[in-house]
Amino acid sequence: MKTSFTVNGSPFSLDIDPRVTLLDALRDHLNLTGSKKGCDHGRCGACTVLVDGRRINACLSLAVMHDGDEITTVEGLCKDGRSPLQSAFVRHDGMQCGYCTPGQLCSATAVFREIADGWPSHVSETLDGPYALTREELAERMSGNICRCSCYPGINAAILEIAEEDAGHAEAAE
Amino acid sequence: MRPFDYQRPDTLSGAHGAARDGATFIAGGTNLIDLMKLEVMAPDTLVDISRLGLDRIEPHGDGLHVGATVTNSDLAADLRIRRDYPVLARALLAGASGQLRNKATTGGNLLQRTRCPYFYDTATPCNKRRPGSGCAAFGGEMRNHAVLGTSEHCLALHPSDMAVAMRALDATVELEGADGTRRETALDDFYRLPGDRPDRETTLSAGDLITGVILPAPFGGRQTYRKVRDRASYAFALVSVAATVRMENDLISNVALAFGGIGTRPWRDHDVEDLLTGEAPTTALFEKAGDILMKDAVLREGLEFKDTLVRRLLTATLTEMTQ
Repeated sequence: MKTSFTVNGSPFSLDIDPRVTLLDALRDHLNLTGSKKGCDHGRCGACTVLVDGRRINACLSLAVMHDGDEITTVEGLCKDGRSPLQSAFVRHDGMQCGYCTPGQLCSATAVFREIADGWPSHVSETLDGPYALTREELAERMSGNICRCSCYPGINAAILEIAEEDAGHAEAAE
Repeated sequence: MRPFDYQRPDTLSGAHGAARDGATFIAGGTNLIDLMKLEVMAPDTLVDISRLGLDRIEPHGDGLHVGATVTNSDLAADLRIRRDYPVLARALLAGASGQLRNKATTGGNLLQRTRCPYFYDTATPCNKRRPGSGCAAFGGEMRNHAVLGTSEHCLALHPSDMAVAMRALDATVELEGADGTRRETALDDFYRLPGDRPDRETTLSAGDLITGVILPAPFGGRQTYRKVRDRASYAFALVSVAATVRMENDLISNVALAFGGIGTRPWRDHDVEDLLTGEAPTTALFEKAGDILMKDAVLREGLEFKDTLVRRLLTATLTEMTQ
């Protein structure tokens, strides 16, 4: 079945079996192997990509359902060298084996936008917003990304550092 | 995954036309695609309803009409939902992960299947998956199973948080039949008990499409959703409660309570609410409410803890809300 979508800014057209998941289309048909297949059942988050700016599990979505969508994978987060978030992961040792890292990076990128959009979480005290990315908020919002090496202290430190920098920039702009 | 035909109509009538015998509607797909990978479900045709314009939340009388393909994320973030139906926003936020909530839809959440491990394991018998084949939960491990509404054929839990809150809110499901006629079914009448046909989970007829959920006028009062689970986030409920309470002159003037984690469907017992209505809030009253809630519970081995847990949750929640 013919399907077209944009990945990291480049248009792609595929003729694929409707059974192919978005994850398999990215990895096996477009050779974008940054997105990882961990559990393949939506439990681990290693396959997290952004679709029109929102994070999803690429393993639980059919490629044919994404006709016309704009998809961003980990490869698209770093067009020129490393993104600030990726550098923070390196600085804070936010990985051991690195298999969950692409999903962590995409998920965290989406979390920044969810915070900016004023989306509440399960641990938010009120539903009114706005929300800051505290340690508790981060743990809740990133709970769909499992790290089998349990590098959470480094992952959290990296994401919080970027969140604080962004908050500082926002304040300076006001 | 078994081969299937994929169709993506752009009108409702097109969706009905594509949905022949053996077809299944797909919206977010977070549960269905998983079940298809495991070949627990193997539809001949998938009819993608994600582009039918059912993704809007609109005023409906004094309440709201939530389109069937509104995502769980968008519903939880909607300012009207947060202000007027906080129990629903809280229930949604207590479910799944950020990634899943971005795909999971309102209609799909209502129709998600149980997470009973034997339903997913095609090497074991399951009356829900293959009627008449038996139930491997009997004699197997029981934990995420129901204690109310069960039968000797099935004790699979309904896993939704969202539907529990919607039941407490007296929500109505809007359906469109294969011939295009619209009708509404109260959520109270939407789910069947398993009996001897646990494969029949709802009162939907073949070809029916959920087009939306109607929330009645805001209830006001205090609202909360409390969920107890094995880990702090991203886990199904062991027990949960959606509660809305209004007080007048220190008496409980209006109360609605629905429960997750205990029933084969999102559980609500109007006898519990009748007992509480008009009464002064006391621990003794709340404990009596727990007795009524659990009077028909069947506490099979491994599930006894739910009796204690749900009674404590009920008492703690009502104590907090009536202070």
